[in-house]
Amino acid sequence: MFKVISKNLLLMIPTLLGIVIISFSFIRVIPGDPVIALSGERAMTPERYDELMHEFGLDLPLHEQFFSYLGDVVSGDFGKSIATRRPVVEEFFTLFPATVELSLCALFLAIVIGIPVGMVSALKKGKLVDNLLMGVSLIGYSMPIFWWGLLMIVFFSGYLGWLPVSGRISTQFFIEAKTGFLLIDSLLSGEEGAFLSTIRHLTLPGIVLSTIPLVVIARQTRSAMVEILDEDYIRTAYAKGLSKFRVVGIHALRNALIIVITVIGLQIGILLAGAILTESIFSWPGIGKWMVDSIYRRDYPAVQGGLLFISLIVMTINFIVDFTYALINPKLRK
Amino acid sequence: MGEGAKFFFKSLFQNKAAFLGLVIIIFVFALALGADFIAPYDASYQDRESFLLPPSWEEGGSSKYLLGTDPIGRDLLSRIIHGSRYSIFIGVSVVSLSLIIGIIGGVIAGYFGGMIDFVIMRLMDILLAFPSLLLALVIASILGPGLVNAAIAITVVQLPHFIRLTRAEVMQHKTKEYYTATKVIGASKIRLMFITLLPNCFSPLIVQGTLNFSNAILDAAALGFLGLGAQPPTPEWGTMLADAREFVLSAWWVVTFPGLAILITVMAINVFGDGLRDILDPKLRKS
Repeated sequence: MFKVISKNLLLMIPTLLGIVIISFSFIRVIPGDPVIALSGERAMTPERYDELMHEFGLDLPLHEQFFSYLGDVVSGDFGKSIATRRPVVEEFFTLFPATVELSLCALFLAIVIGIPVGMVSALKKGKLVDNLLMGVSLIGYSMPIFWWGLLMIVFFSGYLGWLPVSGRISTQFFIEAKTGFLLIDSLLSGEEGAFLSTIRHLTLPGIVLSTIPLVVIARQTRSAMVEILDEDYIRTAYAKGLSKFRVVGIHALRNALIIVITVIGLQIGILLAGAILTESIFSWPGIGKWMVDSIYRRDYPAVQGGLLFISLIVMTINFIVDFTYALINPKLRK
Repeated sequence: MGEGAKFFFKSLFQNKAAFLGLVIIIFVFALALGADFIAPYDASYQDRESFLLPPSWEEGGSSKYLLGTDPIGRDLLSRIIHGSRYSIFIGVSVVSLSLIIGIIGGVIAGYFGGMIDFVIMRLMDILLAFPSLLLALVIASILGPGLVNAAIAITVVQLPHFIRLTRAEVMQHKTKEYYTATKVIGASKIRLMFITLLPNCFSPLIVQGTLNFSNAILDAAALGFLGLGAQPPTPEWGTMLADAREFVLSAWWVVTFPGLAILITVMAINVFGDGLRDILDPKLRKS
């Protein structure tokens, strides 16, 4: 297992380097002048232009530019956002908790509903319940997620008027950001109704973002379970006189989870991609919306930094998933 | 008709869901081809008397406009019919481009192995490290908004799946006896790669291609929705939804129908793809 992990770690190095090269080239391949792209200034004197060229280090040879960029990245300097003039790192990590909070809620929903749905479907394979559940899951799988979000707004906010359309909390509350997670901060603040307001704001985006992971988890659980329920050891377990609950809930589920955990890990990237759309629809102040806004504003340093951060996060998570997989799968342990 | 084809169509008829999917796909293709004759109005025709008219069965609706009109008085049904062209265009172009590039890249990586394989696979790892939609967004923003650029962006994003799949298949078939036999006879590298190995790798690629067809439509709609795909007034379904966003609380029909068109098309393709996989993949055939 140690070998597998160290091999994976080594394989990450060229990928990491490639990601840095891509984000380095990004500012240089966009149409137009990189000085204007980096500074956001359009009309400027030639003197000012040269000054900025020098400030951004664009007057250096390309390889020197790259190594200086690499040095900046390693030391945690990702440049300044044009729109706010604040360091990109700072912007990113102010907004990141909002995305994490939303993604974790979505993932939680997806797991808590997806696994039981998959299990029921597998147990009732070919019956009406199975067909119904898998039919619904197919709809969820084929749905444009932004349209689903709009429909939820039409129904729950427009028609029923139950839930808010945008933001993380009602504007009447001012919650000090201690952890950045509003669910925790609103509880800590002790303000009456703040926690409830947070939950109400979280509901619709949480459901929308959870849809695709939920469907994927349900389908994978079902197919893993169907296969496992056919195995000899399950028959043996029944023959030993164990209850159905014990056989399905412990013997079968534990083995199915090995497959399902990998699938859950792979959903993280999908969640981040889904967050771009979900956050845009519900004006959720996280990194997905921030990336889209930065692209609209042509705030290239922000896009560059965000791209790099997000891919690093996805890679790290994939690595942890591989590691966990090796840990829980006895076949890989030796 | 050969034995294989007979078996294929027989299995397809037996799988009712997949067959229905195919019928819907053919229907959408027909709509796309005949949009000019089928649609009651031109996609850009504006009726200045009828802004935001509800569907004909609702109160205040008009029988002239079956699904109602949009904020500037264009017939929703006609726009949706014309819109099928753009989704089909995206699906066909993305899948054929990524199939061609993916097959060449994957066969080369799997056949040669070693350094070439390493470089190609690390490039694909890099592409896979970015969430797909984000990468597509960034590429589209570099190339500039538009339908063709959206197709290019989505192709880049989907490429790794085709390359990885082709490579895995080629590597597997390289261990087979028929390959060794052909090699011993003295077949050239090109012949070994594209005539001996490739045809045996087609089934999973066809399945992947079908499923990516639907992903391409979804991604293109998402790019259109975010303003980086097809540009208004193009009646692309995602772009239509972006236009309709501000009426989400006042006119449900402008938000509902374009999305429904996407859902039905994508669902049909997915069902058909699933059926295709069951038929083409003997390992799955029994379950």
